[in-house]
Amino acid sequence: MKYALYPGCAAKGATPELFQSTMAVIGRLGIEVTELTASSCCGAGVVGEADPDGALALSARTFAQAERLGLDIMTICGTCQGVMGGANRKLKSDPALLQRVNRLLAPERLAYRGTVQVKHLLWIVVREVGLEKLADEVQVTLGDLKIAPFYGCYILRPSGDLGFDDPEHPDSLDKVIRAVGAEPVDYGGKIKCCGFPIILEKEDIALAMNGANLKEAKDGGADAMVTPCPLCHMSLDIYQERAGKKIGANLNLPVLHLPQMLGLAMGVPAGELGLQRHLVSVDPFLEKVEERHVERHKEKGQV
Amino acid sequence: MRLAFTIQRYHPELDAAPHDETYRLDVARGMTVLDALIRIKNEQDGRLTFRYSCRSAICGSCSMTINGGEKLACRTSVRREWERHGGLIVGPLRHLPVLKDLSVDMGSFWGKVRAIEPWLRDSGRQAAGGALAAGASRFHNVDACIMCGACVAACTVHEVDKGFLGPAALAKAYRFVADARESGPARTSRLAALQGPTGMWDCTRCNFCVEVCPKDVQPMEAIIRLRREAIESGHTGTGGARHVVGFRDLIARFGRLNEALMPLKVIGWSLRKFLRVLPLGVRMLLKGKVPSPLHSSMDGPERVRALLERRR
Ligand code: SF4
Ligand code: SF4
Ligand code: FES
Repeated sequence: MKYALYPGCAAKGATPELFQSTMAVIGRLGIEVTELTASSCCGAGVVGEADPDGALALSARTFAQAERLGLDIMTICGTCQGVMGGANRKLKSDPALLQRVNRLLAPERLAYRGTVQVKHLLWIVVREVGLEKLADEVQVTLGDLKIAPFYGCYILRPSGDLGFDDPEHPDSLDKVIRAVGAEPVDYGGKIKCCGFPIILEKEDIALAMNGANLKEAKDGGADAMVTPCPLCHMSLDIYQERAGKKIGANLNLPVLHLPQMLGLAMGVPAGELGLQRHLVSVDPFLEKVEERHVERHKEKGQV
Repeated sequence: MRLAFTIQRYHPELDAAPHDETYRLDVARGMTVLDALIRIKNEQDGRLTFRYSCRSAICGSCSMTINGGEKLACRTSVRREWERHGGLIVGPLRHLPVLKDLSVDMGSFWGKVRAIEPWLRDSGRQAAGGALAAGASRFHNVDACIMCGACVAACTVHEVDKGFLGPAALAKAYRFVADARESGPARTSRLAALQGPTGMWDCTRCNFCVEVCPKDVQPMEAIIRLRREAIESGHTGTGGARHVVGFRDLIARFGRLNEALMPLKVIGWSLRKFLRVLPLGVRMLLKGKVPSPLHSSMDGPERVRALLERRR
C-alpha cells in the first residue's frame, strides 16, 4: 500500500504534531508514503472564493505530481480532502476545464491526465488497512474510555463529491474508535461545524458553534475528542478555553488528531505523537491510557 | 411491512415541552413520508399537524427533519429511509419556532428573503436577450428554489445566530447581483448592504445547505460568488474579504498558508483586534505551533507564485 503523501499547510505549520504522529503510525499499518514536498496549499476553499480556476490549478498541480510518481494521494486533513476531492471530480468530468487548467500548469511542464484518486488517511485505514488489522496492532485496551468523534464538514459534505460516509449518520470514525478498543460518544454535534473558517473575523459566532459541540461531547461522557481535520483541531483545541468562557462551561476536553489516537492505542510513546504541543492538556487522558496499559500487561503476565 | 414512526409532538399552548409519540403503520411500496403522515392523521390521530399542498416537491411546504436531516416529506421514500437508518424519526425543521407539531413559524425566513429585496431595482437597462441569457446561466439554479426553508434549518451559523440572513436569502441576493438588467448603482448598494454582520461573510462554508437542498440550489456556491462579486467591486474592508485576499496573497508568496501571518492579514491595523489574537499567538509560540514568518515549508514556492500571477 503506497501513497503520495499530501501534507497540506497545517501539518507543516500550526499543527506539526499531525505530521509527526502520521509518520509515527503509518508504517505499523503497512502504509508506505512518498511525501509531495513540492506540493502547495489546496486553496482550502478560500483561494477559490477569489480565483476559482487558480484554486483548481493548485489541486491539479498536486495531482500531476502524484501522477508522475504513479501513486494515488493520501491526505491527512479533512479540509484538503473535501477541496481536492471536489476539484478532482470537476477536473475528471469536464475535459474543457481540465484543458484550461492544464494550460496554467504548462510553464512548469506539468499536465494532469485525470488518473489520480485522493483518499483521506481515515478512509485508507477503514477500507484498505482494514479494521481487523488495526485491532491487531492495538497494544493498549482503552476499554471504558469514551472518545467523541468530530468528523468536520469537508470530509462529509457535499456527499456527492466525497461518497464515503453517510452524511447524516457517518460511522467511519466511530468504527475506528471501536477498533482501537474505546467507546464512541454519539452526539448530534459530531457532524456539525467547528467554526474555524470564520474564527478570525467572526469569533463570537465560531466560538458559539465550537463550544456547543465540545459541550455536547463532554456531556455525553467523552474523555477525549478525535478529529481527522487539523483545522477543526485548531478551533477545538486552541480556541477551547475561549469557547468555554463564551458559553459558560468548563470544557477541558483533550482533542486528538486521528493518528495520535491510533498511536496511543498501538503503544507509540506519547513523545513521538507531539501531544505536548496541544493547548488543552492531554495529560489527564494519558494517565487514564497509562493505567490501562499497565493493566493490559498485568493480564498478559508481563509485569 | 408494518413500521413504527416516531413523531415529535408539541402544542405550545398545552405542552410544557415537545415529546415523541410512536405510531405503527402498514406501509405500501412507493409510499412517501408525507403519505404516511396523512394516513396517520386520517386513521390514528386527527390532531397531528403538518403542512403540505402539492405533494410533488413543488410548493416547499412539507419540509421537516426526517432521521436527522432536512427533507421534503413528499419526496422522501419511507422504504429508503428505513433501509438507510433503520427507523423513522420525524420532527419539525430545526431552529425555527414550532407552531404545532411539524409546522414551524416561517416568518423569520420570509422576512429575510424580503430584506434582500428580491426584485429588480432601478432596472433602467433593458438588457438584450443575449445578456440576460448569459447572466441567467449563472443564477438559474437559484431560481429553482422553492422556499422550503430546509437550508436555513440545517445552517450551522443560523443555529447560533438567528439573525444571520441565511443560505436561501443570500442565494436569492446573488441571483439579483448576477442579473444583467439591474443597474450598476443598484447592484453596488445591494452588495454594500450585505457587508455587515449577519450578511455574506458570516457563512462558514459548512456545506449543510448544499447537502440538504431538495432542488440543488447550492446556496453556498451562490454565497461564494456573491463574495467574489463584492471583492471585485471593491468591498475589501471587511474581515471576511481581507481573509480571502490575504489568504490568496500568502499562497502566492509562500505556496502554502503561513499561519504566523494569516491573522495579521485579517485584522489589518486594528490594535483592539491585534490585542485579541496576541495572547493565543504567544501560547501557540510556546507550544511550537507558530511557523516561521520568513520561510515556506514547501520546495519551490516561486513556481506557485508564478502560477497565481499568471491568473491575475
Ligand atoms: S454553507 Fe454557509 S449558508 Fe450554507 S449552511 Fe453552512 S454556514 Fe449556512
Ligand atoms: S435553497 Fe433549497 S433548501 Fe433552501 S429554501 Fe430554497 S429550495 Fe429550500
Ligand atoms: S407538499 Fe409541496 S413540496 Fe412537499
